[in-house]
Amino acid sequence: MEIFNDFFFIALPYVALAMFLVGSIYRYTKKGFQLSSLSSQFLEGRRLFYGSAPFHWGVVVVFTGHLISFLFPRSVLAWNSQPVRLMILEITGFVFGISMLIGLVNLFIRRYTTPRLRFVTNKMDMIVYLLLITQTFAGLWVAYNFRWGSSWFSSLLAPYLYSIFMFEPDTSSVIMLPWPVQLHIITAFVIIALIPFSRLIHFLVVPFHYIWRPYQQVRWYWNRREVRSADTPWTLQRPKNN
Amino acid sequence: MDVRSQVSMVFHLDKCIGCHTCSVACKNIWTDRKGAEYMWWNNVETKPGTGYPTKWEDQGIYKGGWEKRNGKVTLKGAGKRRGLTNIFYNPNLPVIDDYYEPFTYKYLDLIEAPESDDQPTARPVSLITGDPIDIKMGPNWDDDLSGSPDFARNDPNFQNLSETEQEVMFQLEKMAFFYLPRICNHCLNPACVASCPSGAIYKRGEDGVVLINQDVCRAWRMCVTACPYKKSYYNWHTGKSEKCILCFPRIEAGLAPACMHSCVGRIRYLGVLLYDASKIESAIHDDDSNLINRHLDLILDPFDEEVIREAKKNGVADSTIHAAQNSPVYKYVKEWNLALPLHPEFRTLPMLFYVPPLLPVMATLKQVDNKEQAAKMNPIAKYWDDNWLYDTSTAELWGSLDQVRFPLKYLANMFSAGDEELIKDKWKKLMAVRIHRRRATVGDVSDQKADEVLKDAGLTAEQAEGVFYLTALAKFEDRFVIPPAHREQAIEMMDFTGDAKGEIGFGFKSKIRRGI
Repeated sequence: MEIFNDFFFIALPYVALAMFLVGSIYRYTKKGFQLSSLSSQFLEGRRLFYGSAPFHWGVVVVFTGHLISFLFPRSVLAWNSQPVRLMILEITGFVFGISMLIGLVNLFIRRYTTPRLRFVTNKMDMIVYLLLITQTFAGLWVAYNFRWGSSWFSSLLAPYLYSIFMFEPDTSSVIMLPWPVQLHIITAFVIIALIPFSRLIHFLVVPFHYIWRPYQQVRWYWNRREVRSADTPWTLQRPKNN
Repeated sequence: MDVRSQVSMVFHLDKCIGCHTCSVACKNIWTDRKGAEYMWWNNVETKPGTGYPTKWEDQGIYKGGWEKRNGKVTLKGAGKRRGLTNIFYNPNLPVIDDYYEPFTYKYLDLIEAPESDDQPTARPVSLITGDPIDIKMGPNWDDDLSGSPDFARNDPNFQNLSETEQEVMFQLEKMAFFYLPRICNHCLNPACVASCPSGAIYKRGEDGVVLINQDVCRAWRMCVTACPYKKSYYNWHTGKSEKCILCFPRIEAGLAPACMHSCVGRIRYLGVLLYDASKIESAIHDDDSNLINRHLDLILDPFDEEVIREAKKNGVADSTIHAAQNSPVYKYVKEWNLALPLHPEFRTLPMLFYVPPLLPVMATLKQVDNKEQAAKMNPIAKYWDDNWLYDTSTAELWGSLDQVRFPLKYLANMFSAGDEELIKDKWKKLMAVRIHRRRATVGDVSDQKADEVLKDAGLTAEQAEGVFYLTALAKFEDRFVIPPAHREQAIEMMDFTGDAKGEIGFGFKSKIRRGI
């Protein structure tokens, strides 16, 4: 049992995070052409709406919720001190979790019943779908049966995750948790490990920089004012746009 | 003044014969790949017609281009707010059926079909799924007005045209059409660049070519929506958007782009224009009626001393300035004022200009009495017994201009944001050149009349000769004045261009693989 716990809650997280970090950086820097959200809307544009929109907006909210509970556990506990606020948090999370699940199931059915999509689908897509469905279902199951998740996450899981990131892994709180919660944690790390090897990587390149960037972009190979000036020496720096 | 150079184009629509050689040349070089089969970076449309993708001009459907609202110019269907909130599902994205499902034929069946009583046939199969399909659409399905009830009748340019005006266009005896070849316009205010959330699309400073960096594109597919000309295409296989690159590897090597080089009708001209980038912003904010003037005002006189000084200050090479001075595009667009941009109301400031077509619309039909002629014929001879005759006479100066077979409004909707006078002005000039040349070659037009016509059209005799030369006689070097590439500046030249043949484009030496 000891080995089981150490493997899943110490070894797996580190392996997953290492794979995630090294793999993502490698793919981003070396395999830019293979980094894409691989949208299939062009081949099937109607049913995608009922899958992609609820799933992604669900993920945005649920993931942000997990992140806040991890980063600011005390604030979450303070917020939860009043039952009304706790209920608001829990219900919001649950509703968006359901939205995720509905979206995922729709996406899954769409992908495997549209003939054209068979030709832009690979095995990893299937693995990703199954993992995400398992993960979302497990998360909803945990939220429904082991209340109130937002509170005990902050007091039990946040410290565990901290211990991982501080390189002082402490699994004492995790090993006591019921198996659906453990499954949720394990699947989470498996998904993290698979990010660089699947289309999931597109979440790392969410184009937030678009918000600040000017609309038009003009690129020059060299500094155009200096390249022909006799006063400036030749620059040997290779332009970045190629 | 911020002087920059732009490689621009003029397409002379009077000369286009609709042969699609340009499209095929482009396809052979660039888009003969999986995922790109449906793309025609260069395509030729019959007008009136719905085009490719279907009804691309109708921004009520596709929400492309810029729109001016309350004095502010914003992207109609993309932009920062819309682009990011619709990133999970783009409600304005055309899907493959709006273009057509790419197909091929099972030619092998013709050879390998087992012996039977029937002739073997090559069945059409989808290039996406490989399954047999019934072909419903193609990139030029409405060529020469075929399928008019479905295609030509639904042309978005019919807006503001009355029922009767439309009916006249479709009367069998009066029916006329012309061809509209289209490539990427390499705009000065490109909507695709502005809409790209990843910042993968950019305009090259040196020559204004708009390119998509295939390493940075993340398939957020906003450019497909934003380009009002639908000239940015989504590759469904690689998950990257692609577009016309103006054959920049060829241009850098001093060759004309493939579509232009192969043009049978020699309708295409390519040359440098110098423009003032500092005025772009105020130009795009002007009213629809003034857009073309502001657009043409951006283009600077390459002989002007001050322009040359400012250009040099901005690093524009002497050879580029020289190319701008010899540019056939400058002559058509500015000197003779003969060319207009396609759909200027989209506010992207397209840098591909069109000489509006005169020939297909000029000849009017009049009813003649053929009885006398017929009586002289041998009774058993076959002869046309219809009573219609094409009237191409120049008896009345502008008489035939008022009886054109196309409503002016139709062309004005395409080339001048609805300004009919502008189209008429170009037609007058084109007609004047013809009358002027008729004086010189046939001689049945009096000098007085020809001079009057030229004066009325605002052309001098030398200009008319210039138009005639460049339109009718121009050689390769006259039609394509390509600025010399500066090896020290063009980074692509360090790569061997042949490496990229059959690959995704330039800069890739490894085999392309779709992401996982």
